[in-house]
Amino acid sequence: MTDSKYFTTTKKGEIFELKAELNSDKKEKKKEAVKKVIASMTVGKDVSALFPDVVNCMQTDNLELKKLVYLYLMNYAKSQPDMAIMAVNTFVKDCEDPNPLIRALAVRTMGCIRVDKITEYLCEPLRKCLKDEDPYVRKTAAVCVAKLHDINAQLVEDQGFLDTLKDLISDSNPMVVANAVAALSEIAESHPNSNLLDLNPQTINKLLTALNECTEWGQIFILDCLANYTPRDDRESQSICERVTPRLSHANSAVVLSAVKVLMKFMEMLPKDLDYYGTLLKKLAPPLVTLLSAEPELQYVALRNINLIVQRRPEILKHEMKVFFVKYNDPIYVKLEKLDIMIRLASQANIAQVLAELKEYATEVDVDFVRKAVRAIGRCAIKVEQSAERCVSTLLDLIQTKVNYVVQEAIVVIKDIFRKYPNKYESVIATLCENLDSLDEPEARAAMIWIVGEYAERIDNADELLESFLEGFHDESTQVQLQLLTAIVKLFLKKPTETQELVQQVLSLATQDSDNPDLRDRGYIYWRLLSTDPVAAKEVVLAEKPLISEETDLIEPTLLEELICHIGTLASVYHKPPSAFVEGSRGVQHKRLPGSAGSVESPDPGAAATETPPAVIPSQGDLLGDLLNLDLTPTTTTGPPPPTTSGMQMGAMDLLSGGLDSLVGLLHQGPPSLSASPSTTTASLYFLFFPSTLLVTSVWVAQDVCGHVSAQVWLPAMKAKGLEISGVFVRRAGVIQMEMTLTNKAMSVMTDFAIQFNRNSFGLAPAGPLQILTPLSPNQSIEPLNNLQVAVKNNIDVFYFSCQYPISMLFVEDGKMERQVFLATWKDIPNDNESQFQIKDCHLNSDAASNKLQSSNIFTIAKRTVEGQDMLYQSMKLTNGIWVLAELRVQAGNPNYTISLKCRAPEVSQCVFQNYEAVLKN
Amino acid sequence: MIHSLFLINHSGDIFLEKHWKSVISRSVCDYFFEAKEKAAEPENVAPVLQTPHHYLITIYRGKLFFLSVVQTEAPPLFVIEFLHRVADIFQDYFGECSESVIKDNVVTVYELLEEMLDNGFPLATESNVLKEMIRPPTILRSVVNTLTGTWSNVGDTLPTGQLSNIPWRRAGVKYTNNEAYFDVIEEIDAIVDKSGTTVCAEIQGVIEACVRLTGMPDLTLSFMNPRLLDDVSFHPCVRFKRWESERALSFIPPDGNFTLMNYHVSSQNLVALPVYVKQSISFFDSGPCGRLDITVGPKQTMGKTVEALMVTIHMPKAVLSANLTATQGSYTYDLATKVLVWDIGKLNPQKLPNLKGSLSLQAGAPKPEDNPSLNIDLKIQQMAISGLKVSRLEMFGEKYKPFKGVKYLTKAGKFQVRT
Repeated sequence: MTDSKYFTTTKKGEIFELKAELNSDKKEKKKEAVKKVIASMTVGKDVSALFPDVVNCMQTDNLELKKLVYLYLMNYAKSQPDMAIMAVNTFVKDCEDPNPLIRALAVRTMGCIRVDKITEYLCEPLRKCLKDEDPYVRKTAAVCVAKLHDINAQLVEDQGFLDTLKDLISDSNPMVVANAVAALSEIAESHPNSNLLDLNPQTINKLLTALNECTEWGQIFILDCLANYTPRDDRESQSICERVTPRLSHANSAVVLSAVKVLMKFMEMLPKDLDYYGTLLKKLAPPLVTLLSAEPELQYVALRNINLIVQRRPEILKHEMKVFFVKYNDPIYVKLEKLDIMIRLASQANIAQVLAELKEYATEVDVDFVRKAVRAIGRCAIKVEQSAERCVSTLLDLIQTKVNYVVQEAIVVIKDIFRKYPNKYESVIATLCENLDSLDEPEARAAMIWIVGEYAERIDNADELLESFLEGFHDESTQVQLQLLTAIVKLFLKKPTETQELVQQVLSLATQDSDNPDLRDRGYIYWRLLSTDPVAAKEVVLAEKPLISEETDLIEPTLLEELICHIGTLASVYHKPPSAFVEGSRGVQHKRLPGSAGSVESPDPGAAATETPPAVIPSQGDLLGDLLNLDLTPTTTTGPPPPTTSGMQMGAMDLLSGGLDSLVGLLHQGPPSLSASPSTTTASLYFLFFPSTLLVTSVWVAQDVCGHVSAQVWLPAMKAKGLEISGVFVRRAGVIQMEMTLTNKAMSVMTDFAIQFNRNSFGLAPAGPLQILTPLSPNQSIEPLNNLQVAVKNNIDVFYFSCQYPISMLFVEDGKMERQVFLATWKDIPNDNESQFQIKDCHLNSDAASNKLQSSNIFTIAKRTVEGQDMLYQSMKLTNGIWVLAELRVQAGNPNYTISLKCRAPEVSQCVFQNYEAVLKN
Repeated sequence: MIHSLFLINHSGDIFLEKHWKSVISRSVCDYFFEAKEKAAEPENVAPVLQTPHHYLITIYRGKLFFLSVVQTEAPPLFVIEFLHRVADIFQDYFGECSESVIKDNVVTVYELLEEMLDNGFPLATESNVLKEMIRPPTILRSVVNTLTGTWSNVGDTLPTGQLSNIPWRRAGVKYTNNEAYFDVIEEIDAIVDKSGTTVCAEIQGVIEACVRLTGMPDLTLSFMNPRLLDDVSFHPCVRFKRWESERALSFIPPDGNFTLMNYHVSSQNLVALPVYVKQSISFFDSGPCGRLDITVGPKQTMGKTVEALMVTIHMPKAVLSANLTATQGSYTYDLATKVLVWDIGKLNPQKLPNLKGSLSLQAGAPKPEDNPSLNIDLKIQQMAISGLKVSRLEMFGEKYKPFKGVKYLTKAGKFQVRT
């Protein structure tokens, strides 16, 4: 007799059979039937049609049957709200049952029925249960408040349940306290500033007392709540720490980690010379090590957290290196994390062991792991100077294995070692060059090219090597192309006589044959630089590179502080602040570590915040100390350089001679493909438009949103899986720009952005070299004219939206007609094409209006005054060559203007009129 | 907290789902399937996955994935611990944790899940408490159930443990034979390198208890050498203060089987390994073959016999077959998984077991780059390799005299020898 019989496939008549059984007189048959229903429900079959029949079984003395019916109700009440009301009476009755188990069950189930109508009936029983004599009922009721709050927050506040819940923190039963804390914490999450958990020394004391006596899960809630408290002084901090430390020996690893969080946070307040501080540090190590002997899933979370702890307080685990050694049957996600921590703990004392291990790992099977191990060797070299030589020789050994991916990875890290210790290990270049042909990954190729360029003077056949790469220039990835360009320029500056041809070849490849703006811009800069001032070029291109920092991948200090406050949470697993991925705009308070009261050495959080994060080895390897990896403002010239306009040249020179330092800052902002990291990162895109013919353009990524023109939300996040696009059109320096602010409100990274417009009236198209997408659904008529249908693509999906751009964007600067031409044109255009509009409530005089209009490229050609009425004759020209002529009549004292528009394409008149109205009233 | 739970079998079918808040469509699991697809082995699927609106936290137990969906910032360890607890309870209730057994008991499973979590907050996770509310299935009961049709497997009284200060113990326990047994089990995790030097070695110890005592006994377990234990974690029943002050375990035990304590003897203390392995595995540059020669000998066994000795080797893919002779035990080579298992059995110190012979490689395959690791399995009865010894067990609070017993066992955990 097993339940598997309930899994027999759905026959057509099954529901009817069940219905009959549910209405059977026999109790046992009824129960069997309900069981069958539940079983179908659990496997996802829809049995909601049986709702009334199941609810009929609810009034029973049989607890099991009652529980089963409750299970059913919870699942289906939402879809049958009216039927669910039928159940209310039984619930209310059960809430007064003498058996506390039934009372608790009833209040628990009612809270799970997420139907608004039912919640009203829930209030009274809930109020009673919150004050029930039986703690089991009270603790269940406490959770019920959180459930109700999720369904109807206002109701919970109005009914004063929150205050009752707060009172429960002082309950005599520890389990009730724990549940009240859990419920309040959950409610507080949706009301970040509500101050629900108002912690003071008295409540803290109660929590600490309950901590010792409640269940393991309750301990987690209480510890997490304690972690939000800021003690008044170091003595209070110490006494809390003392009472929390026993939790470190709990068998439940979540309790342990929550305790670690409290201790790590409150430790900040202890003076470092205190004996207790040292004791505490010692006590923290064993539990962390123990976490690593648990199941792999637990290990993973523990390792992610240890990674944070080690960064904040490396002294805790400095002697525990060995526990992070990788076993070959560890899951890959554990292996990779262990490796990370090994590098963080590497020091002069243990480097020999670490290196031996890493070398061992580099011969394993798993490619990802091997790669990371090789990379780790490089990181050790950079971190522990004494070991650098050993690391380099280890890497050379690995290169000798000729395993393709090992060689490539080794070359990437050797490049970093060269940068860290200039003029020390260049003797190995010859060995590296031997492997040139086997490199097929862009990163490795780029690294190798960098090495060749950087040390061109020591490599006899550098020009040949680089030339060999040049043959397939267009098949290379951007990273390699950029690197190759720079390397050849370096080579040219070092050996100008032999390589002139080569440099010209690469410059023309980059500028003329490439449609990548980054590459083109960099090519132009080099070209101009070399042709105007080779000395300056030398200074720029061969400049002293800043040293790379020792520690890599360090988390920025303020973020680290915040993450330490979130130990054990998802934030700590992702190493991102909760605000970066918690759903929606439920504000999350940024937590900070408390400052130490007594100690002098404690880091000043303010100073930490203003400090620039340490420069790290750029992960994409595309920064490489080349100062010219930046995009310049778009040049409007077409065709091949050198440009003759002195203005442009001046601009370029200025940028390079004076503003070099400030430009370096831009290095970090201009990856060619845009990838917005979750939520807080906002990127503004400036797309530049040119009518019909596309010219040079740039994609800019900036951190701040252009604030001066109010942007409109074009694509709400709801519709685009978390991607919100807002934007505005502006015309600047003769260029139409569509400024978009992309905000990632989803939880994951979005990448691979691309944009495309549907065909539109004025032939607007993005000028950037963007990926071609599937066309928009063609059945829409383009109405109004200035409607622009846009498709934006990222790694998740393609999103379509449409927005209207002001037609004034399209008015070009040379839209002023000659008087004669105006007259002729005006007459020439048939009168049918004339349309008249009224602009109401405009209080400008004609001159002011004229000036205002001029700023949006509407030019006044003539002005006439007839009977106190000013007649302004105006013209404007659209990007696609359509002329619009206007006659604006302004009468002194009359706020209503009259405007007549004449145009060969009368469809635009409406838009133009709207533009007039907008400009004049703004 | 925990929003929903999906149980997924090895082949990727969702066979049970449970929602504690609003219903989440099972399509959310697609993100997990995607990750599963990418990972070669099911063990390698990352335990925490991010989807646009939810987090998926998964554990892999008994060829099943327990996938929970979390919507808010919930501590992942909390969720993982809970999921393991769910699996433990299934194991405890049904004897195993497998798809068929869960399907056979789906209603009980559903009732259990409902009782374990309320609104995503754990409610009752102690098997003692649960068993008072939902009775585990037994053959007798299902027979009675079918015959009389009156038996319910849901308790209708409030479990006493739920609210007392000792939630792990039920009241009114009665036995005719009162007994308390403790198993001290130690697992050696070690890595030994090519040359035979120990790279790292540590001991994961656990004291499993089986206590069947009437009433409310209060036990104290003390050790001869408690100094060994500097890294411990206890069952909630252990009084931590007493441990701090006296280094003795004082507790009111749960009824039945439970884990009293876990401990960890770290690599800083010297851990002696019970066996040594002399090995050489080499592949020749010329010709598609290689040689293998392994000898195992005793090292630190304190006079006890090493049993169930077994050596497992994951061979490189290119190894086609093995032609070996074992002086003791037998070996098998699985062609599909490339795993060589040498089952030795008891280790005889007078005549050391040896496995020797040639390996043949796929013709034309390049010489394998990776060297296989040896995994050692062994058991030593009546010895705890750390040297831990229980000195005595005292009982207070009850009058009767219980049977007492302590067993020691040393096992190999992750014991690896690199070649």
